[in-house]
Amino acid sequence: MAVLKVHGSPFSTATMRVVSALYEKGLQFEFVSIDMKVGQHKSEAFLALNPFGQVPAFEDGDLKLFESRAITQYIAHEYASNGTQLICPDSKKMAIMSVWMEVEAHQYDPHAAKLCFELCIKPMLGLTTDPAAVEDLEAKLGKVLDVYEARLTQSKYLGGDCLGLADLHHLPTLHYLLGSSAKKLFDSRPHVSAWVADITARPAWAKVIAMQKS
Amino acid sequence: MEKPYVMAVRKLYGALDSPSTMRALASLFEHDVEFELIPVDFQAGELKKMPSLSPFGELPVFQEGDLTLFESRTIMRYISHEYGKRGEEQVYEIPKLQGIAAAWIDVEDHQFDPPASKLIWELVFKPQKGLPTDEGVVEEEEAKLVKVLDVYEERLSNSVFLGGDKFTSADLTHIPSLYLLMKTPVKRLFEERPRVRAWYRGVMSRPGWEKMVEMVEKVRA
Repeated sequence: MAVLKVHGSPFSTATMRVVSALYEKGLQFEFVSIDMKVGQHKSEAFLALNPFGQVPAFEDGDLKLFESRAITQYIAHEYASNGTQLICPDSKKMAIMSVWMEVEAHQYDPHAAKLCFELCIKPMLGLTTDPAAVEDLEAKLGKVLDVYEARLTQSKYLGGDCLGLADLHHLPTLHYLLGSSAKKLFDSRPHVSAWVADITARPAWAKVIAMQKS
Repeated sequence: MEKPYVMAVRKLYGALDSPSTMRALASLFEHDVEFELIPVDFQAGELKKMPSLSPFGELPVFQEGDLTLFESRTIMRYISHEYGKRGEEQVYEIPKLQGIAAAWIDVEDHQFDPPASKLIWELVFKPQKGLPTDEGVVEEEEAKLVKVLDVYEERLSNSVFLGGDKFTSADLTHIPSLYLLMKTPVKRLFEERPRVRAWYRGVMSRPGWEKMVEMVEKVRA
């Protein structure tokens, strides 16, 4: 089998998204650390992997890919028979999972990522969190989570009855928000809370977090 | 002779002035899929009467029997996988090739669409609503779009279409923005880059484009 490589940062949510899929599949891979503080993601070598200069970039033999959600989809399809099944063979069920993958990207992630920035990243950079922005973002994310709560009363996982990419894609921002005051948004909604507890307890996810400590 | 009445199996709830609806329409037309368009007056709050259709209150919504889908890019992906014409499929069976097409679908979503949609707001929608265009924003967003188009120009030197050697959703997904931007001075940014120019003109000659435009413009006539 060709060598799988991920180029990125263990703290980057998009990188963590890809790594989580690889661990769920039980696939061996090489992690190439990209130092964004020194602009390595804008170097010619990295731009050859991702012309938009963003982590992560991914290699599988002579295949070069970028965009974390395209990478996870590739891994889920190419390695369908390895480890955890992350997609549905049935086209209609896959379409439903695909809806919630787009929901994560368009409804959840914009607010979650900005909230992560305010509550988690800004303090790390020595910047001041903006309480008005936090209040606004929490209200918006709360409305999205209300829809999730309704969805999860009808479906065990977001994408359907089985865990899949639609759930996995949430893990990186979820991890950061659970370590912040925004945790209350998830705790206060029983079905969302149960879903969060389930997906964050997965052994593959623990391996992703462990990468941040090494 | 009387035409037999055919019940529409597929319905698209949408608004003809919405880029997201245009994306779904282009995909349906491109794959020759029969459907009934159900116009929804978004501004009049009609969609709020149908929360079960669209929990986030957005258009378009696609129904096929008991399958209900929302998010235009989901509808587009479903149509392309389900209704590919034999020999003319707009998806790849080989995961490595489909992975590349999927990456460029996400490029439109995450890199191209942010500046494109802001330019469409400033140069197309604001004038329609009698609001003044902010030239500062136009300048800023054109600078961002230019960087994306430079990457497209380079990509198209290695690849006939954005997603690979054939027309795929990676190209089609641009149709709404291209349609709206070509009516503005932003067109020059596409014209100035030879491969991007050839590419977008090719997209404009697709059946998905032609029939989507016909439907959208018929309403305005």
